[in-house]
Amino acid sequence: MPLHLEVITPERQVYEDDVDMVIAPGSEGYLGILPHHAPLFTTLGPGEFRVKKGGVEQALAVFGGFMDVRADRVVVLTEAAEHAEEIDSGRAQEARDSARRALAAGPASAAEEARARAALQRALIRLRVSEARRRRR
Amino acid sequence: MPSEREIRRRIRSVRNIQQVTKAMQTVAASRMRRAQQAVLASRPYEERLRAILNELAPNADPELHPLLARREVKRAAIILVTTDRGLVGALNTNVIRAAIRHSEALPASAFVAVGRKAIGQLRRFRQPTTAEFSGFSERPTTGDTSIVARVAIEEFVARRVDEVYVTYTRFINTLRQVPTVRRILPLAPEDSAGRSAGGSPPATLQYIFEPDPESVLEAVLPRLIELTVYQAALDNAASEQSARMVSMRNATDNAAELIQDYTLAANKARQGRITKEMLEIASGAEALAK
Repeated sequence: MPLHLEVITPERQVYEDDVDMVIAPGSEGYLGILPHHAPLFTTLGPGEFRVKKGGVEQALAVFGGFMDVRADRVVVLTEAAEHAEEIDSGRAQEARDSARRALAAGPASAAEEARARAALQRALIRLRVSEARRRRR
Repeated sequence: MPSEREIRRRIRSVRNIQQVTKAMQTVAASRMRRAQQAVLASRPYEERLRAILNELAPNADPELHPLLARREVKRAAIILVTTDRGLVGALNTNVIRAAIRHSEALPASAFVAVGRKAIGQLRRFRQPTTAEFSGFSERPTTGDTSIVARVAIEEFVARRVDEVYVTYTRFINTLRQVPTVRRILPLAPEDSAGRSAGGSPPATLQYIFEPDPESVLEAVLPRLIELTVYQAALDNAASEQSARMVSMRNATDNAAELIQDYTLAANKARQGRITKEMLEIASGAEALAK
């Protein structure tokens, strides 16, 4: 039995297909979902979302949200999700470096530090997702 | 009867107006397509999240989370979503009227104004506002609207208000946009009345919650509020562009009609003038012949 996966953001539907396996960045750690999984509802952390279908693996970067798992379907509601192909790794590298610089320079306020940390985390996830794709080629 | 030259002058000015409205119509039409796509693309997300709330709700105790708390309504907040710019027909008038009528049915209320038209009109009607936002009516982002939602959540959690509504113009299609009032706080499963009427609760799945039910609710509920406000803003944006496109098209059509009427009048005046001249010449010639 295939697993019907939908990845939806407020702006668009990012992914919809029947797949074999899903590896999701749960807030408590990565979790693999196969068909016939018990009903599960979890919050997602930012991370790499992997999808296996017929021996091919695809990666998406997701940034927070929820996942609703049933025996035959998985629905992911996330603030933002990007396919590996959509990621501009040059821009992500720049974002990573400028966030690192901001942190090293000593941010002026706690809010600024939080913003820099979040930016750094997003950049690192984007890089990991786009690099994983390049390796598999 | 205005002179022929006067009529020609009017034709020119109407033709200029027609060019302007025609251009605005074209601009609104292309923005309308984008705004309509945005609102339609965002609906699945909200429907899913609401469906999830409905599934979670039987497992959730209303006492469990402050956003589910029902209290006696002494004071309510109304988020009024309008456009920033005008030339949208009766769109804003209708939604503002609906909001004010709704507020009159409540014991006491304060507005949160979204959009320049809401800010201006509420001031004119001397209605109190707790917060005012503008500048994103044509192209709202989640960042813009989550600030609005956060104000609503804060007011509710601090018990300054006991209910929060959002009023906006719901987009149905290009020709139909409906002023809508929707309660967003306290959150309740949409069909709770229908469900309890059935007597037996639906067969709830034995869900595993990760990390745990409380944290899941903590994450889902504010998100749902933010999303409802975002959805309202998107609906409003699609309605705005549709209404502007339609009203500009009407204006262009009216201008075409006016030009036709004026052209007819101008031709009549010209013909009258020629006939008069002919008569004068003929009678002059006759007088000479005698």
